[in-house]
Amino acid sequence: MSANTIMLKKAFRAAFPHTIPIFAGFWFLGMTYGIYMNVSGFSFWYPMLMSLTIFAGSIEFVTVNMLLGAFNPLQALAMTLMVNARHLFYVISMLDKYRGTGTKKFYLIYEMCDESFSINYTASIPEGVDASWFMFFVTLLNHFYWFFGATLGGVFGSLIHFNTEGLDFVMTAMFVVIFLEQWLKEKRHASALIGIGLSLLCLILFGPDHFMIPSMLAILGTLTLAHRPLETIPL
Amino acid sequence: MTMTFTQQVITIAMVVLGTVLTRFLPFLLFPAGKPTPKYIQYLGKVLPSAVFGLLIIYCLKKVSPFTGSHGIPELISISLVIALHLWKRQMLISIAGGTVCYMLLVQFLF
Repeated sequence: MSANTIMLKKAFRAAFPHTIPIFAGFWFLGMTYGIYMNVSGFSFWYPMLMSLTIFAGSIEFVTVNMLLGAFNPLQALAMTLMVNARHLFYVISMLDKYRGTGTKKFYLIYEMCDESFSINYTASIPEGVDASWFMFFVTLLNHFYWFFGATLGGVFGSLIHFNTEGLDFVMTAMFVVIFLEQWLKEKRHASALIGIGLSLLCLILFGPDHFMIPSMLAILGTLTLAHRPLETIPL
Repeated sequence: MTMTFTQQVITIAMVVLGTVLTRFLPFLLFPAGKPTPKYIQYLGKVLPSAVFGLLIIYCLKKVSPFTGSHGIPELISISLVIALHLWKRQMLISIAGGTVCYMLLVQFLF
């Protein structure tokens, strides 16, 4: 065995255990996503290619919904920027760690999801293990779990014979859980309440087909204007 | 399906573009070693909660308290999701439990 192969094996062995908890979650959600696309009338090519090229779970679910609605590319772009804005901050936190990862850097950045970020950001990489390959395998494995789940769901969705009415609620449930996690983690809830409140207001004012862009603008505007008070008011 | 294939491809391309932008922009805007602007750091802290709040409303946009099932299945299922999550703190249990509950409600009761 060459020194290179040994080094790769070592990095893989160190990385794999960290991704095991992600495995179950990504299979479950990825499969549900694939099935959801399938029962919405899309062939398995859609979840397969979307899981490869987008790899941001939340927005992939939302994209199914957008594909079923009216054609509105600007809203699709704006939605993605808002939903994925948090990745901007992950990348900022990883700027230092990703330095010196060579050509792997492109993949590490492109396919970084919440889970890969939290592993690569917090894991203490054992001595003698190549950090850039460790982070590469964490990213690759998580990407693969999601891709595999989504594709399987897309393929086998058509074999499901029970009534799938109401399955789309999985997206609502997922966002409620993420919102709740966020809520339990933070000390101040002003921003969470602004998000819910302004969106609801815009929904009432503009109706279900036109409220997203106004909501995003209202949220960004309010958060910007409330910059100072939000830092001090203990809401 | 209301969109043509080309429109679908454009929509998906927009989502890919948005994802790529959020992931690569920091490298162009904030080279390593320089401190990130305060305003950007602030948005990083407060934006996620607001966005997930927005996404919940987005999921529920077709629900009307005045027609159909009056949003009762949604209310029951969301309450169950919250209860399960506060109890077990297991993402999969909360999501699966709430979804199965919702499916049973809309298929058999409402």
